[in-house]
Amino acid sequence: MEHKEVVIIGAGPAGLKAAKSLLDAGAHVTIIDRNKKLGGQLTKQTHKFFGSEKQFASFRGIDILELLVQDLGRYAERLNILNETSVVGLYKDKVLSCVKHDRYFKIKAKRIIMATGASEKHLPFENNDLPGIYAAGAVQTLMNEYGVKPGHKVLMVGSGNIGLIVSYQLMQAGVQVVALVEAASSISGYLVHASKIKRLGVDILTRTTIKKALGTDQVEKVVIWDVDDTWQGIKRTERTLHVDTVCISVGLAPLTELLMQVGAEVTYVRELGGNVPIINPYYETTVKGVYACGDALGIEEASSAMVEGALTGMFVAEDLGYTLEESTQKIKALKSELTFLRSGPHAEKIRTGYMKVGVKT
Amino acid sequence: MRIKEHPILSFDVDEMINFTYNGKALQGLKGDTIASALHANGIKKLSESIHLKRPRGFYCAIGNCASCNMVVDGVPNIRTCITPLKEGMVVENQVGKGRVYGT
Repeated sequence: MEHKEVVIIGAGPAGLKAAKSLLDAGAHVTIIDRNKKLGGQLTKQTHKFFGSEKQFASFRGIDILELLVQDLGRYAERLNILNETSVVGLYKDKVLSCVKHDRYFKIKAKRIIMATGASEKHLPFENNDLPGIYAAGAVQTLMNEYGVKPGHKVLMVGSGNIGLIVSYQLMQAGVQVVALVEAASSISGYLVHASKIKRLGVDILTRTTIKKALGTDQVEKVVIWDVDDTWQGIKRTERTLHVDTVCISVGLAPLTELLMQVGAEVTYVRELGGNVPIINPYYETTVKGVYACGDALGIEEASSAMVEGALTGMFVAEDLGYTLEESTQKIKALKSELTFLRSGPHAEKIRTGYMKVGVKT
Repeated sequence: MRIKEHPILSFDVDEMINFTYNGKALQGLKGDTIASALHANGIKKLSESIHLKRPRGFYCAIGNCASCNMVVDGVPNIRTCITPLKEGMVVENQVGKGRVYGT
């Protein structure tokens, strides 16, 4: 069994920033990620970020990723990267079982940071398992990372920022977006994203949802219909659309399976996307030495994941006995940054969610 | 199904990777995962559901949901959405749960 000082699970914005704080402090860091490339979901984000200047607003996700990785470059001798590696078990004595290709091995860590991020939710409807029905972020990966189109004609389901942004990116890749349906009575993402796709002629149909998909080995058609105030479909409003791809963009859920396995206390908070771990003010879960940050704590934006990652890295470094220069000021600045990112009307849900688990926003 | 022109990204890879899918010779590009190479070849059905044998494609594309599990070089339950394509790979649709080594 290999012994490591700090293991970070997940090399997305939160994990990379946590690594940076720890490396700055002098710690030895191991980052584990199941993908080949570092960066988590930044690897496919070709759009420019909003948020704050300090968190790279107006930069594209793919360029932020380059900067985050560059930041770690000078610490190569204290940084160990295990890519294409999945953590399949996590135990109370901070032992992780890992699989890389056909090799199975164990690591024992002094501290563990869970920066596992989130997974996209699905939606129940008839034939929702047909090939061609993909999570919107999955289609973004397929297009922007691998240069492959998901199909020729797409129905987008959900008008959150991911649904709106991926619709635009589908058109950038030369794919037709036939319509975007949203069951709620208004568009839920930023209007600037919605306007962009409206200008390109995409119909955004509110109070409308998908009833069923049709096809044998893959999607050939879909039926959409109107919904009433109680979210029930209205009979005789069905229309058929010819599409070969359906993108589902109905929100994300924090990836907390490993935290549950290790016995950390989790609780269901609808506003945060699902089961989230209970943490103390230093981002430590109820299992001593196991920390969490980023979307694993609740669904937000990459900007806040980066700030949380940086903070968590600093707290773990202090816990390990490293002294950080100007730590008090730095922590204060990062916390006020987080408050700023969570201050707008769009973040009301997040504030409500964190209030339920006793996290100060 | 490959993106030819894009306002932000460039995909000018020309290094081909040969592999087989259910015995048929296909080509992918350097940088592909198994699932992206299959999709580029128009193959969306990657597996079947265990009980009702319904067709399955990928869903999450980031190694989370297991909808894209296939048999690769004789090994079942390979998450093809995050497994890089390699020269000479033998990729097959998986039927049922798959058989693990020695069982």
